[in-house]
Amino acid sequence: MKFTLKIGLAIAFIFSFAACGNSEKDKDEDIRLEGYSSKAKKENVETGKASGGNDLSNKGIGPIKSMALPESIDAEMANRGADIFKKMCSACHKMDKKFVGPEIAGVTERRSPEWIMNMILNPEEMIKKDPIAKKLLIESNMAVMANQGLEEDEARAIVEYFRQYDKEN
Amino acid sequence: MKNIIKITVLGILGLFLQSCGNDGSSGSKSGAITSNAAERVYVAPGEHDEYYAFLSGGYSGNLTVYGLPSGRLLKEIPVFSQFPTNGYGYSEETVPMLNTSFGFVPWGDAHHPDISQTEGELDGRWIFINENNTPRIARISLETFETEEIIEIPHSAGNHSSSFITENTEYVVAGTRFSVPYPQEDMAIDQMKGNFKGPLTFIAIDDNGRMNIDFQLKMPGFNYDLSHPGRGDSHGWFFFTTYNTEEAHTMQEVNASQNDKDFIAAVNWKKIQEYVKNGGGEEIDAEYAHNVFDHSTQTATTTMEKKVLTVDPREVEGAVYFMPTPKSPHGCDVDPSGEYIVGNGKLSTDLTVHSFSKMLKAIENEDFDGDAYGIPVLNFDSTLAGTVKEGGLGPLHTEFDGKGNAYTTFFISSEVVKWKLGTWEVLDRQPSYYSVGHLMIPGGNSREPYGKYMISMNKITKDRYLPTGPELEHSAQLYDISGEKMELLLDFPTHGEPHYAAGIPAEKIKSKSKKIYRLDENKHEYAAISESETKMVREGNEVHVYMTTVRSHFSPDNLEGIKVGDKVFFHVTNLEQDFDVPHGFAMIGANTSELLIMPGQTKTITWEPEKEGVWPFYCTDFCSALHQEMQGYVRVSGKNSNVPLKWTLDDEEIN
Repeated sequence: MKFTLKIGLAIAFIFSFAACGNSEKDKDEDIRLEGYSSKAKKENVETGKASGGNDLSNKGIGPIKSMALPESIDAEMANRGADIFKKMCSACHKMDKKFVGPEIAGVTERRSPEWIMNMILNPEEMIKKDPIAKKLLIESNMAVMANQGLEEDEARAIVEYFRQYDKEN
Repeated sequence: MKNIIKITVLGILGLFLQSCGNDGSSGSKSGAITSNAAERVYVAPGEHDEYYAFLSGGYSGNLTVYGLPSGRLLKEIPVFSQFPTNGYGYSEETVPMLNTSFGFVPWGDAHHPDISQTEGELDGRWIFINENNTPRIARISLETFETEEIIEIPHSAGNHSSSFITENTEYVVAGTRFSVPYPQEDMAIDQMKGNFKGPLTFIAIDDNGRMNIDFQLKMPGFNYDLSHPGRGDSHGWFFFTTYNTEEAHTMQEVNASQNDKDFIAAVNWKKIQEYVKNGGGEEIDAEYAHNVFDHSTQTATTTMEKKVLTVDPREVEGAVYFMPTPKSPHGCDVDPSGEYIVGNGKLSTDLTVHSFSKMLKAIENEDFDGDAYGIPVLNFDSTLAGTVKEGGLGPLHTEFDGKGNAYTTFFISSEVVKWKLGTWEVLDRQPSYYSVGHLMIPGGNSREPYGKYMISMNKITKDRYLPTGPELEHSAQLYDISGEKMELLLDFPTHGEPHYAAGIPAEKIKSKSKKIYRLDENKHEYAAISESETKMVREGNEVHVYMTTVRSHFSPDNLEGIKVGDKVFFHVTNLEQDFDVPHGFAMIGANTSELLIMPGQTKTITWEPEKEGVWPFYCTDFCSALHQEMQGYVRVSGKNSNVPLKWTLDDEEIN
């Protein structure tokens, strides 16, 4: 009887420790005062690049299964993409810096066009299931990728804009 | 030990007995409730109701939307009253919706909703509702569930016999419950008789729903209580109940009930429409507001109209007749075939049913029983189709199930009575809890009722729910009317005082319900369609802030250069384009309300800071995991300070 009680108490202690442990860890990462800053954050600010590595083989999850892109850039399409990007995306994404979401510059070297389009067209499922998108969500401080209700051809135009940008920069 | 067991057993038995007693007493309040009632009103989580029910909010001024059979409240649509929940009537865009010839009126008494029809069937385009106090009619879109238009009714008072719609939505009508000088003038009140009038107003509806007053019928100064259009063969006619044909100007409680019979006025609007088209009628001075909400600019505008066309019914041959109807009739209901016109004599036990075809014959035969102010009074017996005898006490309203039956509410005896059209026999009666006023069968006042459910809207709630102090919400009750007997299935509380309701099968409108407003269709004068368009503009002491929201920040979120004494206009555009991602906007100390901004929408609220400091604003609608971070600051400097306007996001100026 006594023994059981002891075990019970021990388990309870473990639980409470575990809980404390978690919150301590959170604090370590996120909260620093007087000039201290989180290591993880700092790395991101310095490199400016989103993590998730460069994985051009991942096509993401969504309506875009596979697409072949020509070598050349369709300037007209890219212009249209730039316009759509400005109106529908720029509140959270900047080309040259991480904002709410990852920095866009170099994205066509890090991600497949299918992945980019699926992220635009099917963000709810992507952030739940796609390994890179899941990682990016956490890195973006749980700011979800918004579904802006774009059509496929609009997402395609945005990809063209990104390709043009990456070629020129 | 044995004793203890015995006592325990006794105790348990006692509990059983007691609980049986409780069941018994609550059972008596439930009426003859069927055992599987819960199953029949249960809509499983994630499932949708079968019907929309739009219940008037009465003195809340608004319209509430419920699902049937569950009785779940889905939404409150602001119509005639300010609604701080989303800023309606506070935001710059919607303030004009509440303009009237009396100035800005922040409240209304909403009464009778009615859904637009095509060929006598509900078509689900719009729902109309009248305001009784400051006479108005509103039109609400059933795509956006927003009030799109409100028209004031001039020369009217107590707009009660409204807002009923003809079977192809040609007209919506407004009546005058409190007869008044026409046009208004200063006169002794006791000079009412013969000098006051009760104008009936016919408002034409165009293909886009836009309302315009076509003509106003200058009727004798009776009280025009309720109305319904003819349908089928009687399409082209409109029927209005009257009371106080005594024209009493005081103590109407007694003095308006002296005549044994008042009238149902039968108005041949097609004849008057023709007369007016050919130049008939007289244009007289009037003043009334016509408020229209434009979806592309998302802004309402008020036009003050100055003229109205008035028609003397005696000038149009064969246009208006009176049918004597006993005992101060209240509801005026027309059956699905259009043949029977039911007068619900509210101070009686009987219902009087007139026949449309007999009415036509009586007119043809000039079977008149004198006239009232020059309008022929038809012989009572020659229009009478039948009488529902001893239905109950104090009949108010009747609806139809499309299977040859009618359902009438009896206020005094607190019951709904089912009776048969043609034989006038009472088939069933069910008590209501308590003192039922209106009832509604989806489509129950059209050519095609959906006779599965009926709801009663009860005036007195008392002990039906957990007590909430002296002031209680009203109560509605849902009955299954698919069988021979009505079966009470459910009670549910309602908001304000529902005067009538309109119901429609969900599939008629649910697929058309709008999900977002498209940003590329946003033509609001002060919209910022992307963050790069956000800015501050000073015009004297007015500062316009073009602001955007997206999960989860404002742009700009740091604003400087505002001074004490400025009037700040926050024009907030929600950049989201996904279903159900609204953002809110609340400013500390604002003497207005919050804004609730749907995706793609722009709304404006004003703020007049009176104190220097740095004042926060924030998003009120939990929009994402970072909602608590969705905030900003406004720096307010002294009246004579030189702090320049500066707007930033992430410490960067926006351009």
